[in-house]
Amino acid sequence: MSGSGAGFTNGALRPYVITKGRSRPSRNTIGVETLLVAADPPRALPLSATREEIALVRMCSQLLSLVEAAAHLQLPVSLVKVLASDLVDSGHLTARSGVPRAAQPDKQLLQEVLDGLRRLR
Amino acid sequence: MVSVGSADRYLPDTVQQAVKILVVGAFGVGKTTLVGSVSEIEPLRTEEVMTEASVGVDELAGLEGKTTTTVAMDFGRVTLSSRLVMYLFGTPGQRRFWDLWEGLAEGALGVLVLIDTRRLEDSFDVLEQLEIRGLPFAVAINQFPDSELYSEEELRGALDLLPETPIVTCDARQRTSSVDALITLVQHVSGMGAARAAGAAS
Ligand SMILES: Nc1nc2c(ncn2[C@@H]2O[C@H](COP(=O)(O)OP(=O)(O)O)[C@@H](O)[C@H]2O)c(=O)[nH]1
Ligand SMILES: [Mg+2]
Repeated sequence: MSGSGAGFTNGALRPYVITKGRSRPSRNTIGVETLLVAADPPRALPLSATREEIALVRMCSQLLSLVEAAAHLQLPVSLVKVLASDLVDSGHLTARSGVPRAAQPDKQLLQEVLDGLRRLR
Repeated sequence: MVSVGSADRYLPDTVQQAVKILVVGAFGVGKTTLVGSVSEIEPLRTEEVMTEASVGVDELAGLEGKTTTTVAMDFGRVTLSSRLVMYLFGTPGQRRFWDLWEGLAEGALGVLVLIDTRRLEDSFDVLEQLEIRGLPFAVAINQFPDSELYSEEELRGALDLLPETPIVTCDARQRTSSVDALITLVQHVSGMGAARAAGAAS
């Protein structure tokens, strides 16, 4: 049974290990909806790259969101955020952001969303 | 490693920006159904591990002997234009789940709260959290075959909604009805922006 300490369970421990001891991404601009794509031209990963890092870069051979990559790879979103953040820092992935954190979506963007939704009807 | 048939999972390279909307509500209210009826992809699911400390006693009922549980989040995707994509996240509304999906609401355009009138009290926690966090939201009432019919006034009163909060009825199984509920939400967010801008200018 888990003790009273940090409350890590076996389930939570493994992601912690594969992110090399960190549980928070190094940049806070990465969100579930952040769009990721492998750098073009591709950059070789170092020999020290983990299986999960290799799989993530492969998954992002074309454009998709962080949360889709996590779901397809069956990895926790919290883990993929940390990995993606590192891989963006190292230039292996590029990120296209969503709405800037803590900013109000602008009028033009909201209009674009409304136009898009109306086309779906 | 990419399996056959996975080519269409990707977005066109012209897409530059992603927006998201959260669909929240109690268990069984129709979140997964709504996400599925709007999404252009087969809805996907991700799971996070929740530790005992962050799980309420009620959530552990029926899970005797477990110290952790996994909580699933469904999501779907709609490409809105050649440059814009929208993600819809269906997630339980209780506070402990918001904490679990840390950052999920950050940067979201808004939140659609699904409500089953047979269990109004299940939505109080969700509505309170949204108000505390200052997230823009609209309420969609899902009509079930044995739901009583209430007037909008009655529902506003029972849910203690602000006059400007939109309230619509919705059949989550119908794409058009679900899209209409989302349109109502985005129009509300858009109107709030306009009101803020007017306030700042005066
Ligand atoms: N009549 C009716 N049934 C619905 C509606 N939305 C969902 N359901 C049904 O309610 C059940 C639970 O829906 P689900 O989407 O799994 O709920 P969730 O737990 O919020 O994800 C399913 O059997 C749905 O078919 C609705 O708008 N009207
Ligand atoms: Mg569901």
